[in-house]
Amino acid sequence: MSYLKISNLDVRLAGTPMRLLRDVSLTVKSGEVHGLVGESGAGKSMIGKAVLGILPRATEIVGGSIELDGVDLLALSPREHRYRLGQSCALIPQDPLTALNPSRRIAPQITDRLTNILGWEAKRARDRAIELLDEVHIPDPERVMRSYPHELSGGMRQRILIASAFAAEPKLIVADEPTTALDVTVQKQILKLIKEMQQRHDTALLFVTHDLGVVSKICQSLSVLYAGKVVESTDVRSFFDEPAHAYSRALLAATPKYTDPEASLMPVPEAVIAAVKAEVEAADKSWKHD
Amino acid sequence: MLDGRSQVRRKVGLRLWLSGGWLLLLVLAALFAPLLSPHNPLEQDLFLGRMPPFWEQGAEPGFYLGTDSLGRDVLARILYGARIALIVALVAGGLTGLIGSTLGLLAGYLRGWVDVVISRLIDIWMAFPPILFSILLIAVLGPGLLSIIIAIVVIDWTRFARVIRAEAMAQGAMDYSASARVAGRRRLSTMVIEILPNVLPTIVVLLTLEMGIAVIVEAILSFVNLSISTDDPTWGGMISEGRASIHQAWWVMVFPLVTLFLTVLSFSQLGEGLKDRFDPVLR
Repeated sequence: MSYLKISNLDVRLAGTPMRLLRDVSLTVKSGEVHGLVGESGAGKSMIGKAVLGILPRATEIVGGSIELDGVDLLALSPREHRYRLGQSCALIPQDPLTALNPSRRIAPQITDRLTNILGWEAKRARDRAIELLDEVHIPDPERVMRSYPHELSGGMRQRILIASAFAAEPKLIVADEPTTALDVTVQKQILKLIKEMQQRHDTALLFVTHDLGVVSKICQSLSVLYAGKVVESTDVRSFFDEPAHAYSRALLAATPKYTDPEASLMPVPEAVIAAVKAEVEAADKSWKHD
Repeated sequence: MLDGRSQVRRKVGLRLWLSGGWLLLLVLAALFAPLLSPHNPLEQDLFLGRMPPFWEQGAEPGFYLGTDSLGRDVLARILYGARIALIVALVAGGLTGLIGSTLGLLAGYLRGWVDVVISRLIDIWMAFPPILFSILLIAVLGPGLLSIIIAIVVIDWTRFARVIRAEAMAQGAMDYSASARVAGRRRLSTMVIEILPNVLPTIVVLLTLEMGIAVIVEAILSFVNLSISTDDPTWGGMISEGRASIHQAWWVMVFPLVTLFLTVLSFSQLGEGLKDRFDPVLR
């Protein structure tokens, strides 16, 4: 049973023929972790933002649909969209340093969603927030609730963001490279924490990353993107065993091996890039939009 | 867990003390001018014209800072002038800040057509030479305190709008405003609750600068005789009158000039000091 279903999604730079997402289709089942991998600028984050309705101003959706639990989000009024999203989706952002409002204390930043969208009373929301902070292993939650973001470390802030994302028991969380901005040693803990929380709450996760190692640890399925096009969408096991697309194979080969640290890094071969580019261009030829 | 915040008390600092102290002094002077002032600021005595300040030879007892060419007490006029200066600073500065910041915030956060309209308006507005524009406005509205305030607001709101727009744009691009939207906040409510607290320090600094500017603009308008009736004591008017007799009686021009200078300087220094205290990271 797929919870999120993106069909033929086309996004372009507003008012130009420049395509950012090319005919993207993918599905995420309930409680499943779906990885989005690709090079920088391949459109990984763009998909997550499209789902959450926070695409940058300069872009526009020109075609396709985003179905959440069978409801097409793009067809909803802004008000319905806001409520549906607030109730069932959340975001774990990339940079914990800018993702918390520096002028507000932590407490309201976690409880806002509970009081605004779910209509909880302040006391109950506050108890829930403390419970969540405890759940993400933050010592002395009472004190942290009263703190300003700058008083906490990057890892702490990312934990808070994770707690806040799970606060309203969402069905889907978009994690936009949640570990990229963190120190390597903290990355591992955070990743473990996200997986732990995801399993406990049985939440579907759209996990944006460029690290195939992370994908193999946390995801059940994945989509590989190149230039805004999904070149392969499959489950993790078959991807790592026998990747179907030449670009996926090259991408896998380019991953540094822990077993052989001396080996030089393999770039994706020119021929493969040329081939996948040709594929994208061929698809563009048949694409006509005002 | 150790919480060091309570032990870290940021010192108020000499800058804040001096600027705040001077402004407080002015406020008191303005409030209690009738009690403090040794003479009526409008009272003329042609026999006592151009009396020097108390430490110079030939000073008239009771006229501490001397008298102007019509024999009016300079100290009394400075004290009463503080009233007008402060009213202009607070009312004109405040209104300018309110209108300018609101428009800047709307343009910078909402973007789109709102931004296009407000930004073009700012561009057009700023193409007018400000002093000529204000003289023109006063000429149309007629002289008076209200006209001065209106002129300052009409001319200077762009100063706020431009800066706050840029600041709101930068804040709006941060992840926290996107997170707030995903958490189901309306656009306007995101703007007020998430963005506004982060541009507030900038607004405070601009506001204090604007208050200084308002005092100067009022002085300039008085200087060119477009402010309030010439009888009413204003610093700008005093400077203008003193200029004519600068070689015979320097004190008529210098004392209001120094007062004006210190006041404008204090406003800008107060802003700098307050900015530091407003900043959550430095707090």
